[in-house]
Amino acid sequence: MTYSEPQSPGTGIPMLATEGLKREFHTRNGTVKAVLGIDMTVHPGEIVGLLGPNGAGKTTMMRMLTTLLAPTGGQARIVGHDLRSDPAGVRGRVGYVAQASGVDPACTVEEELVHQARLHGLPLRRARARTADLVDSLDLEGLTSRRTGELSGGQRRRLEVAIGLVHDPPLVFLDEPTTGLDPQSRSNLWNHVRRLRDTLGTTVLLTTHYMDEADALCDRVLIVDHGAIVSEGRPSDLKHEVGGDVVRIEAPGDAERARSLLACHQDELPGVSLVERADDTVRILARDGERIMVDLLRVLVDGGVHASGVNVSRPTLEDVFLDITGRSLRDTAPLTASAPGV
Amino acid sequence: MRLLTEIGLVFTRQTTLSLRSPAWIIIGLVQPVLYLALFGPLLGAVAEVASFPAGDSWQVFVPGLLVMQSLFSAAFVGFGVIAEQRNGVLERMRVTPVSRLALLLGRVFRDILVLLAQSLVLLAAAFAFGLRAPVPGMLIGLGLIVLLGTGVSSLSYALALRLGDENALAPIVNSVTMPVLLLSGVLLPLSFAPAWLSGIASVNPFLYVVEATREAFLSDYTAQALMLGTAVAAGFAALGLFAGTRAFQRQVT
Ligand SMILES: Nc1ncnc2c1ncn2[C@@H]1O[C@H](COP(=O)(O)OP(=O)(O)OP(=O)(O)O)[C@@H](O)[C@H]1O
Ligand SMILES: [Mg+2]
Repeated sequence: MTYSEPQSPGTGIPMLATEGLKREFHTRNGTVKAVLGIDMTVHPGEIVGLLGPNGAGKTTMMRMLTTLLAPTGGQARIVGHDLRSDPAGVRGRVGYVAQASGVDPACTVEEELVHQARLHGLPLRRARARTADLVDSLDLEGLTSRRTGELSGGQRRRLEVAIGLVHDPPLVFLDEPTTGLDPQSRSNLWNHVRRLRDTLGTTVLLTTHYMDEADALCDRVLIVDHGAIVSEGRPSDLKHEVGGDVVRIEAPGDAERARSLLACHQDELPGVSLVERADDTVRILARDGERIMVDLLRVLVDGGVHASGVNVSRPTLEDVFLDITGRSLRDTAPLTASAPGV
Repeated sequence: MRLLTEIGLVFTRQTTLSLRSPAWIIIGLVQPVLYLALFGPLLGAVAEVASFPAGDSWQVFVPGLLVMQSLFSAAFVGFGVIAEQRNGVLERMRVTPVSRLALLLGRVFRDILVLLAQSLVLLAAAFAFGLRAPVPGMLIGLGLIVLLGTGVSSLSYALALRLGDENALAPIVNSVTMPVLLLSGVLLPLSFAPAWLSGIASVNPFLYVVEATREAFLSDYTAQALMLGTAVAAGFAALGLFAGTRAFQRQVT
């Protein structure tokens, strides 16, 4: 089956629309503004990724959207039901795979799947049939009578994903679905998610830290930082916005000096828009990476810095993220250069 | 209809899980039998005292033990739901449209089943020790125990969900059950108590249930104490169910 482009914003009834959705936590050490007031729209059949570092507010958003956590402000309509006035209406129509485990170690794989399907109101026969389907498509064969406490981490994760999908919901929330999966299981899960969308028109909102995941799977990416959406678009468009090339220079032990040298000489380096460092790597954004490389290296050699490796690439979503937030996704500490005050 | 199916689902799962780790049930069965064996014989002498209530020592002591058992069996059920909350199972159930009342009642019915099993063991053991009470009276007593257990176990869930932490729940449960027990006349009848103590005890719902059960065991089915105790037990159960359902409904705020 082929998939047609997701409906362009503004057409059709959105699967999910939020307005100023907000959540604060009151803790002993003061108020944590986890989600600042999010406006977002997801259309039927879209796969949308929330991309952001630890603590960005992704899980908090998902817990609000699945009725588990009361928002402290704002509204949302989900699959045609108002989040605040009709949480029960929302519940039957969404599937949720939480970031943390959701299985009882003393229950078997089959018991968990059948039970969840029954809680969603499926009759026993259909619950069993769905269980068999999911066991098959998420590679859980041979594990059905195993207690979940005896599964490997990746097997358990696949079970948790299956539990969230067991009632064929039109809208699915997946909170870091592939964390802990081996590469083969990951790509298998990606295929499964795509197949859901292609065959059933399922809408998916997922969070991830993995750029390749967002790139490979998502029609649209929302970049979240400090509880707000800081950028949004198709992965290809976002990468295009970064513009030019990314040059990475490895200078183990000497990277900070390399960075400051290049930053000082930035006016002599045409097309260079950004110089920054993360660990032993200096990262340079340039209009034409291939051409400027010689100049970059000359500055370094003149300054007595030894570079051990150079690499020029098209920007990845990782670069998009760095560009927007000034921080890398994995490492949430501010970068040395050009970190906007946070 | 849908509600019954849902309660059945939750009940079946909870019962299956309890049977997989039966240690708690067994402890609950052994404890009152120990009381019977180690404390009961002392009562013979006490029963001679003038202010001892009507009936022989077993008819006075066993109703109290039944109430004590329902308190201890049901007060600690909240620990299970904290574990479920911690490993995300409860959250996973709460995103389904299943009724919040069913999430509570399925669990409470499991607790009642356990409690009834324990009570029957207790009554059988008491019979062996010498309890003689009419069957209708014992059935009424069990009915009262069911109401009481419903209230206690619901409140335990409500408290557990609110606290979300075993280490916060344990001291509270311990410090509540202890005075409730002493002030219910379970071990020694409160007819021994000085006025100030029976004054405090008079706000303890358990006291009324103990006294009602004693009347039932004496086959005085129209006694005012029995009516009062039944009303108190029913009110307590209703209060517990209300608080418990609210706790399952509540989103984290
Ligand atoms: N129950 C809570 N009480 C207080 N603060 C909380 C609570 N839950 C989350 N927070 C805070 O809210 C912020 C957002 O947390 P959240 O779990 O949504 O982040 P996340 O984007 O999912 O991160 P990760 O990638 O690590 O999963 C964090 O600063 C976190 O410490
Ligand atoms: Mg998270």
